[in-house]
Amino acid sequence: MGKERILSPIKKIRSGISLPHLKGTAELETVFFNPEKVCIPLSQHIGAPCSPCVEVGQEVFVGTKIGDNDAPVCAPIHSSVSGKVTAIVSRNVDGKKTDFIEIESDGKMELDKELKPFPIKTKEDFVKAARLCGLVGLGGAGFPTHIKLNYPETCEIDTLVVNAAECEPYITSDYREAMENPNDLVDCIYLLKDVLKIEKVVIGVEGNKPKAIKNLYAIATDKRDFDDKVKLMKLPTKYPQGAEKVIIYSATGRVLPAGKLPSDVGCIVMNITSLCVLYRFITKGIPLVSKRITVEGTAVKEPKNVTVPIGTKVSELIDFCGGVNDDADKIILGGPMMGNSIADKESVVEKRTNAVLVMKSKAPDTVTPCIRCGRCAESCPMGLTPAKVETANRCSNVEDYLKLNVNLCMECGSCSFVCPAKRPLTQVMRVAKAEVRRMK
Amino acid sequence: MNDLLTVSSSPHIRHADSTNGIMFDVIIALLPAAVYGCFLFGLYSAAVICTCVLTALLSEFLWNIILKKPQSVGDLSAIVTGLLLGLNLPPKTPLWVAAIGSFAAIIVIKQMFGGIGYNFVNPAIGARIILLVSFPSFLAGASNFVEPISLDTVTSATPLEVRGIAGAAVPTVKELFFGMNSGCIGETSAFLLLVGGIYLVARRVIKPIIPLSFIGTVAVMSLIFSGSINEMLYQILTGGLMIGAIFMATDYTTSPATKWGKLIFGIGCGLITFVIRKFGNLPEGVSYSIILMNILVPHIDKLTAKKPFGVKEAESNG
Repeated sequence: MGKERILSPIKKIRSGISLPHLKGTAELETVFFNPEKVCIPLSQHIGAPCSPCVEVGQEVFVGTKIGDNDAPVCAPIHSSVSGKVTAIVSRNVDGKKTDFIEIESDGKMELDKELKPFPIKTKEDFVKAARLCGLVGLGGAGFPTHIKLNYPETCEIDTLVVNAAECEPYITSDYREAMENPNDLVDCIYLLKDVLKIEKVVIGVEGNKPKAIKNLYAIATDKRDFDDKVKLMKLPTKYPQGAEKVIIYSATGRVLPAGKLPSDVGCIVMNITSLCVLYRFITKGIPLVSKRITVEGTAVKEPKNVTVPIGTKVSELIDFCGGVNDDADKIILGGPMMGNSIADKESVVEKRTNAVLVMKSKAPDTVTPCIRCGRCAESCPMGLTPAKVETANRCSNVEDYLKLNVNLCMECGSCSFVCPAKRPLTQVMRVAKAEVRRMK
Repeated sequence: MNDLLTVSSSPHIRHADSTNGIMFDVIIALLPAAVYGCFLFGLYSAAVICTCVLTALLSEFLWNIILKKPQSVGDLSAIVTGLLLGLNLPPKTPLWVAAIGSFAAIIVIKQMFGGIGYNFVNPAIGARIILLVSFPSFLAGASNFVEPISLDTVTSATPLEVRGIAGAAVPTVKELFFGMNSGCIGETSAFLLLVGGIYLVARRVIKPIIPLSFIGTVAVMSLIFSGSINEMLYQILTGGLMIGAIFMATDYTTSPATKWGKLIFGIGCGLITFVIRKFGNLPEGVSYSIILMNILVPHIDKLTAKKPFGVKEAESNG
C-alpha cells in the first residue's frame, strides 16, 4: 500500500482515566428481537417533544411517521413495527411528563410503502435527510443531527471526525457496526466528504479494538480516496476519548473553546452508527427505527448485542437475553460511566440508548472526608477541580460555580470514579450546573 | 431480581482505591524501615513505635466518642501518623514523651482542625516539632541516640552531629545507605525507605515528583556549596531527609495537588532544608522545611491551578 493510513493522535489529553474494558460482547454477532408491542416515547432527543400525528386504531408500518413538531430543535419519530396504534398515553419519566404511542405489532415488520431512497446532491439535501430520518446523536447525547449538519455558511468545515471511540466499558454496539457494516460507513463518509466538500476525514477508533481498526483499514484503502485524505486514527484507550471535545483535540489538535460548537473550529463529529443509519436512509429510505443494544452487566445471564425496534421494553429485552441473576438490582440505560439507572423496568429503548446493563446489587460506598489527593482534578478531561466545586456546594457559594467553570463539565463521571473517599463529585457537578442554569 | 431497582447518579462503577486502602499501602511501605529500626536499636525502640501508634489510635477513637462524631479510626490514617512519628523519634525517647507527641499530632494538629483532610500541616511533623521545642533534652541531645545494637550500645550522636566533633568516627556512605548508623528509629536506612517509596509509586499512591525534587535540590545545593560528591551523599543520606521526602512531604492533605505545585513544593523543601543545615543552629532542617512549605500549600495550589479546557485566562476568572 505504501501510504500511511493509521495515524497517531495529533495531541493527547493529559487527563482522563483508564477503565476496565469489560467488552465481553465484542465478538458476538448481532441478533434480532421483535417484541409484540412497542411503546414509543415522543421525546427522545434534546429539544421540543414531538406531537403525535397518528390516531388510536390507525394502521402503521415500519417507518411511518408517528410524531413530529415544527420547533427548530426537534426530530421526527417513526413507527418501529408494523401494526396498529393501540393507545397514546402519558407517563412520568424521570419527573417529566412524556407521551408514549403504543403500537401492537402484527409480527410482519412490513416497511411503509412510501419509503424511498433519498438521493443527496447538496448540503441542504443532507440536512433534510438527517431530519426526515429522525436522526439524533447516537453516541448518547441525543442532539438532532440535522441541526449539527446545518452549520452556518460562514463556518469552513475542513475535517469530518468519525467517532468510533466507544470509550465506555461494556458497550460494543458501535464496534459491531464497524465489524458488520463497514461498507455503509465508508460509502457514507465519501458521500459526506464529496457533498460537503470536506477536505479531511479522520475515523477515530480506540486502540483496544484492533479488529475494528483492521476491518476499517481494509475498507478505507479505497479507490475513491485518490488524494489520500481519509485516515484511520488509533486513539489512546483512555476514558473519555469519545467525548466530542476530546476526540476533536486528539484528531485535529484543535481546542474547542467553551460554549462553541465543533463547526466553529472547522469540524463535524459524527458517531459511526449515526453515519450508518443516515446512509441507510439515503439509499433505502429507512428512517431511524431500530437500535443495536449491548445487553450486558454483572447480572445478565446471556450477554448479547441485540437489534431491537425503538420502543421495546427493557424488561422484554432482558428476558430475551436469558433473564438476570437473583442478585440483580440496578438497570442502566447506557454505559456504566454516563448511563442513567432507571427506576422502572417498563422503561423502553430509545434512539440514543446504546446499552442496557443489569448490575448486581452491591453495598453502597461509604463516603469519607476528602483527603485532597487531587485525583479528581487530575482525571477531569475539562481541567476542572471537582473538589473545589464540592466545597462551594457545601458552602452554598453559587458565585464560585462560575469561577470554577462548572458549565464545562460534561458529566463523564471520571472524578467520582477515581475518588478514593467515594465522594459523589459528578452528582455535585450536576447540582452546580443546575444552579447556574437557574441563576441565569 | 428485585422488584425495586436501585437508582443512583452515574457513574455506576468506582475505582477500587479507597482512603483506607491508600493508608494501608503507606503502612506497608513504612514497615521495612520500622522493622529494621527495631532490629538495629533494640526492642525498646519497638515500644516507642507501639506507644505512638496506640496513643494515636486511642486519641482519635476517644475524640470521636466524646464529640459524638462518626468513628474514623477505620481509615487507618491515625496508624500512619503514629507510625511516622515513632519512626522520627530517637530510640531512647521516654514512652510518655512519645505518647504526648502522638496525642498532640492527632488531637491538636489533626482533629482540632477538622480531622482527616483538613489539617494544615503534617500531624507527625507538627508533633515532632512540638516535642523538639518542648523536650529538647529528650529529642536532640546525644544521650538519646544509641549506636546500632550490633556494634556496641554506647550512646552516640547522630552522623550530622558526629561530623561536628573532631576525631569521632564518621560512618561511610555505604553504612549510611544501608542504615548501619545511629539516628532516629526509622530514618537510618535510606535503602529500605527507598524500597517503600518505590512501592508507593508503583501502587500509584504517590507521584515521585516531591521526593525527587526535594532530595534533588538538597543534593544540588550541597554539591554547589561544597564541591564534593562525598559531602553531597552525606547530606542526602543523613538526617530525616529520605523519610521526610518520601513519606511526610508527600502527604496528600498538606502538599499541592498539581504537578507544578508539587515541583515547587519539593524544591522549596529542599532549599529550606539546605539553608537550615548549612547556616542554622538546628540539628535537623527537614521537619521545619516541610512544615514551612505545608503552610504555603494553599498559595501554591492557587498559583498552579489547572486551566480549564478551552477557557481563556480572562474568562476563567470572571
